[in-house]
Amino acid sequence: MSLRAKSHPVAGTIAWLASLLMFFPIFWTVLASFKTELGAIATPPELIFTPTLENYTEILSRADYLSFAMNSVVVSFGSTVLALLIAVPAAYAMAFYPTKRTRSTLLWMLSTKMLPSVGVLVPIYLFARNVGLLDTRTGLILMYMLMNLPIVVWMLFTFFKEMPKAIIEACLIDGASQWQTITMILLPLVLPGIASTALLNVILSWNEAFWSLNLTAHDAAPLTAFIASFSAPQGLFWAKLSAASTMAIAPILVFGWFSQRQLVRGLTFGAVK
Amino acid sequence: MSATAAAAAPRRRKGGGKVNTLPMVAPSVTLLLAFSIIPLIATVYFSLIRYNLTNPAIHGFAGYKNYLYLFKDPALYSALYTSVQMVVEVLVITIGAAAILASLFEQRFPGRSIARILMISPFFVMPTVSALIWKNLLMHPVNGLIAWITRSLGFGVIDFFADWPVTSVVLIASWQWLPFAFLILLTALQSLDEETREAADLDGAGPLAVFFFVELPHMGRAIAVVTMMETIFLLSIFAEIYVTTSGGPGDATTNLTFLIYKRALLAFNVGGASAAGVIAIILANILASIMVRIVGKRLDV
Repeated sequence: MSLRAKSHPVAGTIAWLASLLMFFPIFWTVLASFKTELGAIATPPELIFTPTLENYTEILSRADYLSFAMNSVVVSFGSTVLALLIAVPAAYAMAFYPTKRTRSTLLWMLSTKMLPSVGVLVPIYLFARNVGLLDTRTGLILMYMLMNLPIVVWMLFTFFKEMPKAIIEACLIDGASQWQTITMILLPLVLPGIASTALLNVILSWNEAFWSLNLTAHDAAPLTAFIASFSAPQGLFWAKLSAASTMAIAPILVFGWFSQRQLVRGLTFGAVK
Repeated sequence: MSATAAAAAPRRRKGGGKVNTLPMVAPSVTLLLAFSIIPLIATVYFSLIRYNLTNPAIHGFAGYKNYLYLFKDPALYSALYTSVQMVVEVLVITIGAAAILASLFEQRFPGRSIARILMISPFFVMPTVSALIWKNLLMHPVNGLIAWITRSLGFGVIDFFADWPVTSVVLIASWQWLPFAFLILLTALQSLDEETREAADLDGAGPLAVFFFVELPHMGRAIAVVTMMETIFLLSIFAEIYVTTSGGPGDATTNLTFLIYKRALLAFNVGGASAAGVIAIILANILASIMVRIVGKRLDV
């Protein structure tokens, strides 16, 4: 009988303890977000308390919070749509009509992702400043699109590669046009793949914190930058920091749970499946 | 499956000549080419001139001077050392723990999928949030939870960011990257076939022997991939330092990324920062070429 056929109590206990430990900082933050400012810094820590929504109402009533949140939404979804529009044709072409150069093109794309952002910080910053893209949503959307394009092409490529070629060929032989084949047969088949690619792209853009901190000041600053403003030393606003953090991470956490399988494929460029 | 694919491949390739794929591939390639080459050339160019954003009197060709100053500057070596130290420590912690955890999660136990979701959650927390909740709620020397626990146990208080600045950043980064390593190693381990395990069982191998002689070798490739990916990302740790220590105390937590940021956007020394940028690019390129080789082996086009 296989070892794994039955439940393994020791492994289970250790795994559960490790999982709870890993999740604890998130749990603790959510808990603190319902405390008063005094309660959040109290020692010994408050475990039983009357929950308050005060921090949430206060953060939400700050005029600029919604602008930060909107920037995050617009920038991460905008860059995702743009990246997909550019990457889907490329991935389709490379998966279905590979040429001698396809392999080296893909590997070259992967290698551009390895360029450290900081190595090109100076020219990108100066360029953005000179053409007026500094602190604009457009600038950040373009930046994230370029930053994630290699991952998007790669991930789509691995999905397209798995499509049954016979179906496509049958359609073409039956007289369907390229366009019909793509929109009516292929697209529905690869939609789940495109959706998980989009999800990963949104997650990466939402959490990006190098360009957002360096290329935005206020107008286009997303939530990563808003949270960073809590690092200012004056005063300890832990409860409000916790409430703002909870709101900033909650949607992406849910996205992440749904996309955990496909994430591996995207982040390892198909090297681990 | 692979036989039919191999048989179909030459036929498809022949027919592929009729379809012009250039307009489909060109936008991606052009954009990435522009995005990777132009800033690269610009960085190299800036590194060869005297250029300060706040002082227009400083201008002209500098030649290798920026590099000369940089190589004479102890801050460079300290930043390089800090970068390497952070990368190596986080790698050891995350991969070591992830290998063990992946092995544990391969066993059956109640609530396994929920435990896995909890385990990978930190990866989806934005870097500024994870750094600040660790710095304040958990590691604060007066009001933090860890300080309260150590005080209650009679160990006194650890002032993390003052006394152990690099370790503190490493701790936060490890919390963020352990889920990444775990998820990839677990995925790799799931492809280990049942027969190999059963054979090991029949031979009387204990759990430790199975881990070291069956599971660990099977994860080898995935560990290589994780090492490369994490190295690339960890060399660029920025937000965590930005919101916790700002590179301090002194230069203690200034890695190469943060050094360049300080030179460029705080001191406005474009020339000097670009010279350091070129070094960062060269370092990353060496790693990238290894990565491309690993991935390239598995790529069937």
